[in-house]
Amino acid sequence: MNRLDNLFATKKKDILNVYFTAGHPNLNDTEDIILTLEAAGVDLIELGMPYSDPMADGPTIQDSSTVALKNGMNVELLFEQVKSVREKTQIPLIMMGYFNQVMQFGEERFFRKCAEVGVDGLILPDLPVYVFEEKYKALFEALGLRISFLISPQTSEERIRQIDDLAKGFIYMVSSSSITGAKSGISDEQMAYFNRINEMQLKNPRLIGFGISDHATYSTACQFSSGAIIGSAFIRTLDKATDLKAAIKGFVDMVREPEKVA
Amino acid sequence: MLLEAGYTLKAHQLNYMTATPTVKSAYAVDNRGYYGEFGGAFIPEMLHPNIEELRNVYLEISQEAGFQKEFQGLLKDYVGRPTPLYYAKRLSKHYKTNIYLKREDLNHTGAHKVNNTIGQILLAKRLGKKRIIAETGAGQHGVATATVCALMGMPCIVYMGAIDIKRQAPNVSRMKMLGAEVRPALSGSQTLKDATNEAIRDWINNPADTHYIIGSAIGPHPYPDMVTRFQSVISEEIKWQLKEQTGKENPDALIACIGGGSNAAGTFYHYLDELDVRLIAVEAAGLGINSGESAATSVLGTKGIIHGCRTLLMQTKDGQIVEPYSISAGLDYPGIGPMHAHLIDTGRAEAVSITDDDALKAAYFLTRTEGIIPALESAHAFAALDYIKYKEDDVIVINLSGRGDKDLSTFIEHIEKYG
Repeated sequence: MNRLDNLFATKKKDILNVYFTAGHPNLNDTEDIILTLEAAGVDLIELGMPYSDPMADGPTIQDSSTVALKNGMNVELLFEQVKSVREKTQIPLIMMGYFNQVMQFGEERFFRKCAEVGVDGLILPDLPVYVFEEKYKALFEALGLRISFLISPQTSEERIRQIDDLAKGFIYMVSSSSITGAKSGISDEQMAYFNRINEMQLKNPRLIGFGISDHATYSTACQFSSGAIIGSAFIRTLDKATDLKAAIKGFVDMVREPEKVA
Repeated sequence: MLLEAGYTLKAHQLNYMTATPTVKSAYAVDNRGYYGEFGGAFIPEMLHPNIEELRNVYLEISQEAGFQKEFQGLLKDYVGRPTPLYYAKRLSKHYKTNIYLKREDLNHTGAHKVNNTIGQILLAKRLGKKRIIAETGAGQHGVATATVCALMGMPCIVYMGAIDIKRQAPNVSRMKMLGAEVRPALSGSQTLKDATNEAIRDWINNPADTHYIIGSAIGPHPYPDMVTRFQSVISEEIKWQLKEQTGKENPDALIACIGGGSNAAGTFYHYLDELDVRLIAVEAAGLGINSGESAATSVLGTKGIIHGCRTLLMQTKDGQIVEPYSISAGLDYPGIGPMHAHLIDTGRAEAVSITDDDALKAAYFLTRTEGIIPALESAHAFAALDYIKYKEDDVIVINLSGRGDKDLSTFIEHIEKYG
């Protein structure tokens, strides 16, 4: 069974999905970060494929991508790292990146490689929904790969239904009109949006991302969905860390159970 | 209001936007937003509503009679169109052929860029947008956008690479005087591609009240087609002007420089299906195609995605976008517009690559032969005359896309060598 399906079948609430850019802070931190996140109780991990021009991302993720690329990270190497870490953990792993990277690797070759090394799903924010449907949906099904699409406060109800029909795994709910890492806190307007989507009773579970940075925003997101995605705030923690493993554990505790940290 | 009594449009001046929907060209955009395998809209979901809105209305609004009246009135009375088509006698004599210059350098703000910014700001107003953003490399599109924002009383934010801000100080000052806020793009390589990323991010953060005026024939559909149509006034005028002067609408060749490709798109548009007209796209080879310092995308580029469209771009084998180089800040973009990628890929257009050295030489030669100082970008188009084949009785039209005032310091640095 696909590890993502398994997660969502067994856990309906308070799912914590943490994103980090592969190759940052150091080229070979991928395995340590994944295993430490898992030990700290994270449910799902999103591996960012560093890209030169990540247009949906803010400065934190772009800067970490620049570092990762300078360190020598590339898709081929990331697949090797995933393959190796897969022997040590069964945590669901998702790869997130921009479609040009997939194109240059060769789309079919890329997706087959994902399945082969133990990647469970993909997020490709600039891959149009209809292109996926026409060209790759059948292959994803054959390979047992999942795909998540984004929705935002501006996405129409009709389009959300279409996306829900096509997505498999979870729906990535962008919390506000923003790039990653841009805003903090959750406004009444966002709550209204969360409620509106909650009432649509979608088939796929939803995870809320963008602007989730601490216990308060994580808890609010969890009230309205199956869980939350944290990226930029975690990367900032890694940037400041002197002891990587302790910093990761401290970060996850701060998000999940701040009273324990205090 | 803009068309006063006494101003009558000639029939041939009426149709450059209204006539275009009937152009069923194999080289124009199809109804899904593609040029062959190029184009499309590869954008994050957060941009989808804005792009969808534009896609649904851009043709209808821009062909509507009131829009056309205002657009054409401004092009005539504010921009100074039609721009002359000038027979360059001494240049023709030197090259032993017949060379006409389309004088886009004589437009208000000094380049063709303003044709598009006028069109897009009128569109933005009709969409009820209150705030304008733009990207700029050399600053020409930034100035053209700041100009129309001043004209319409709209706030204007121009993203410009931090490195370009230092290189193009006079245009930064012009934008500031026009009331625009120039925001430095500090990410990545801090040049045009990063300024474009920052403008896209601004639009993601401000989806409701903001219109993004893209300056080149790039970006997600409908931008390449929209920009091309607004720029197609260039080829529309060439047709009737050439007929007036030579008796024939069609030249043997059209030459235009190409970075993202807006002036070339406008120059080629009405001739796309006139297969007896050669379309020659001149890109910047920088220090030479194999020097590692080049912007010759048709040679060095491969198929991929940049700024929301599938096209040819300069990238590593892993798909990381490479920073190009050219002495001309308007040509050092790592991609070309999807229409041009299709034209070159199908062999409809020829691509010529011109080095910095050849462009500087051509700029001095045009200046000393015809008394016209061209923009460095446009100088590349003139240098192509030394590399293409033509006949003595050919008629060649070169789009002189901009004037060289902005490049004076570069020209003067090299006066000993080329002067």
